[in-house]
Amino acid sequence: MSDSLNFSYTVDGENFASAGQASVQVKKELRQLGIAPETIRRVSIAMYEGEINMVIHAGGGVAQVNVDDSGIEIVLKDEGPGIANIEQAMQEGFSTAPDNVRSLGFGAGMGLPNMKRYTDEMHIDSTVGVGTTITMKVNY
Amino acid sequence: MTINDIKNYLDAEVLCGEEFLEKEVFSACGSDMMSDVLAYVKDQAVLLTGLMNTQVIRTAEMMDMICVVFIRNKKPNEEIIELARESGIAVLTSSKRMYEACGILYSSGLCGKAE
Ligand SMILES: Nc1ncnc2c1ncn2[C@@H]1O[C@H](COP(=O)(O)OP(=O)(O)OP(=O)(O)O)[C@@H](O)[C@H]1O
Ligand SMILES: [Mg+2]
Repeated sequence: MSDSLNFSYTVDGENFASAGQASVQVKKELRQLGIAPETIRRVSIAMYEGEINMVIHAGGGVAQVNVDDSGIEIVLKDEGPGIANIEQAMQEGFSTAPDNVRSLGFGAGMGLPNMKRYTDEMHIDSTVGVGTTITMKVNY
Repeated sequence: MTINDIKNYLDAEVLCGEEFLEKEVFSACGSDMMSDVLAYVKDQAVLLTGLMNTQVIRTAEMMDMICVVFIRNKKPNEEIIELARESGIAVLTSSKRMYEACGILYSSGLCGKAE
């Protein structure tokens, strides 16, 4: 791959049932590109966690995936409420998810730390009242 | 153990993925929290769950799992089954409860740890 490939998806914040569609699609694209399964799995889990977060915490957003010679970059951008205390949000078990989210199988406060664990680089840029952009990179 | 063995041990009904019944699996996990599955599971091929929504199938797909067993007689709707079909995941439903279903599989040799 000499130049980079870019994929872009709109993540619908109104529909919990469709959350994760972008991640499923990316997984298919990466398989077709012949990327190593272990790399695909890391990208899939990190992106899916982030996509679910955009739906349950931020009312949706845009997911962008860039594939180049060095690895895969995932950029998740929303215009939700933002994260007031990023350090706290990164702690395992910290969650502001309401009970209805928990009854859907999420809201254990494991997503952000898991995204960090599965990626080589992760950066959260968030402003309260403006939105959140999370950039992650998985190297080959 | 094959998916077909799981079907027999749990008196389960196969809702999709008949073609995968002879596939071999080595470990499984049971949880109603997809957050925990995403965070703690590694290389388990089978998910037993009492949760019923499309995210169960997507979580399984992200984790490269090949079989989902819905316990407590939960019957997934067509949307969920269709999603599983597209993802190449076998879906079973069993009337057993979580503790019993996991116990039966575990004592029959399906372990909780990844290889
Ligand atoms: N995109 C986002 N916009 C606003 N807040 C967010 C966003 N992502 C995460 N958060 C905040 O950070 C907290 C921790 O997120 P994390 O993904 O770790 O846990 P969770 O989503 O609550 O539960 P889990 O991921 O285990 O299902 C959330 O509860 C929420 O308060
Ligand atoms: Mg989360």
